[in-house]
Amino acid sequence: MSLTRQDVEKIAHLARLSITDREMPVYVSSLSSIVEFVNELSRVETADVEPMAHPLVGQHQRLRPDAVTDSDHHEKYQRNAPQVQAGLYLVPRVIE
Amino acid sequence: MLHDLSIGALADRLAAKEFSSVELARHFLARIERLNPALNAVITVTAQEALADAARADARMAAGERGPLLGIPLIHKDIFCTDGVRTSCGSRMLDNFIAPYDATVVAKLKAAGVVMLGKANMDEFAMGSSNETSYYGPVRNPWDTTKVPGGSSGGSAAASAARLAAFTTGTDTGGSIRQPAALTGITGVKPTYGRVSRYGMVAFASSLDQAGVLAQSAADAAAVLKVMAGFDPKDSTSVDAPVPDYPALLDAPLKGLKIGLLREFFDGLEPRNAKLIRDALAVFTALGAETVEVSLPHLPMSVPTYYVVAPAECSSNLSRFDGVRYGYRCASPKDLTDLYERSRGEGFGAEVKRRIMTGTYVLSAGYFDAYYLKAQRVRRLITDDFRAAFEKVDLLAGPTTPTPAFAIGAKIDDPVTMYLNDIYTIGANLAGLPGVSAPCGFVDGLPVGLQLIGPHFAEARLLGAAHQFQLATDWHTQRPRGYE
Repeated sequence: MSLTRQDVEKIAHLARLSITDREMPVYVSSLSSIVEFVNELSRVETADVEPMAHPLVGQHQRLRPDAVTDSDHHEKYQRNAPQVQAGLYLVPRVIE
Repeated sequence: MLHDLSIGALADRLAAKEFSSVELARHFLARIERLNPALNAVITVTAQEALADAARADARMAAGERGPLLGIPLIHKDIFCTDGVRTSCGSRMLDNFIAPYDATVVAKLKAAGVVMLGKANMDEFAMGSSNETSYYGPVRNPWDTTKVPGGSSGGSAAASAARLAAFTTGTDTGGSIRQPAALTGITGVKPTYGRVSRYGMVAFASSLDQAGVLAQSAADAAAVLKVMAGFDPKDSTSVDAPVPDYPALLDAPLKGLKIGLLREFFDGLEPRNAKLIRDALAVFTALGAETVEVSLPHLPMSVPTYYVVAPAECSSNLSRFDGVRYGYRCASPKDLTDLYERSRGEGFGAEVKRRIMTGTYVLSAGYFDAYYLKAQRVRRLITDDFRAAFEKVDLLAGPTTPTPAFAIGAKIDDPVTMYLNDIYTIGANLAGLPGVSAPCGFVDGLPVGLQLIGPHFAEARLLGAAHQFQLATDWHTQRPRGYE
């Protein structure tokens, strides 16, 4: 099975990735060969097999008490932000 | 020389005051300065922090404290968050990211008194098998600098092999500790999923990622793993089980140990590699182990299964990089969508974008059942094969990689060929099993690795078997020319 340029443009948009015109043919061809490769899975009989999401059996999602265990580090964390103002993250205007 | 000593010997001599931790740190920092330019294994050298760590370790020792890692120098894979030090994950996306906290692995090792010399190069976001996808350029193999060191922990492997630190840390999602360990002639341990905390380790594929060690020997790895492992409430999949005293269990005799030879692992294996693996197995039988051939019929499906599951999880995990809270942001975005798309398009490299798109595709409406759920079903069949095998044998053995190190540039333009390089390592990740790669010989002057895989939480058995093998052989003591 092979993917078209339109398919890859749609996937790139869903993934919020800008792909340049120069990069596009490489992705069309390499994603097609990957999809073709993973299609091998269709040869395996899996009718009654339960999908496996976690490698250890009998593990459950742990819950913890809803209690404060750490202090506020937002100033330290925001030092990595591209643009902040008054403790807020700045992005381009969303509402006109 | 100091860099030839095992971790145990270094700890003993530090305790005997033959040299100080500061002197030891200076020795390794000088090696990094002299040898790293040809390798590109270390991308951040933290000399000041190292000397401060070492001075603290010396003070603790002067106060009478002793510890297996107190004052021992290491290099962390740049996937582990290190408070106040750049944590790039090999990506332009995080080139400017100063981690605001320590990963649990980093914190535990710090508490044990290690000395951090720097951060190791790696494939971008740990996606790669050759360390060629790094934003900081490829790492070179110390055995032959025209060859790759493997990946994604390629910088860690090359640094350990070149003795730029006493040991290095790594992570293994599909073979990223064992494969580079094999290609650089060192010992690598990928523990059971959940054995070591993933907190503060930049996420790639959360149901597969596991942290581990790259070291000179199984005995060294055992000393480090004992400190790294253990329950962490900050990691929701961390397993709450006591950590065995791995170093104390290394001497368990191999008599009666049943080792399963994986038939599927010899299909298509280069004959000279296959001979080295069979020779290694002969060492085990001479030590009293018994070998039987076993078959895992679904194992050949592990690479296609992995290349659905891992990209799916990666596309979800890497959606956090949005150019808003941290990481790369594109110049003058015209609106929010443009900010997302160009920050991600420019911040991620080609292989990362390829995996995000593969994952987005297999999770999208109309394809989810055919790819993602299908892969999860095959993942269970592969895991069941392993479980059945471990009802008959104590360990599984085979090669770590199909070939020794390949040339830089040889496979980078053909993703599927590159992916097949992990054909022997991926099964353990899908099933969450622990694995070890230990050096077992050379082909054309390049190291070859023997892989041992055990049942869940059998790290002690794996490390013990590798240690007994290393007592009987000297492959792990060979070093590349120019790095003696």
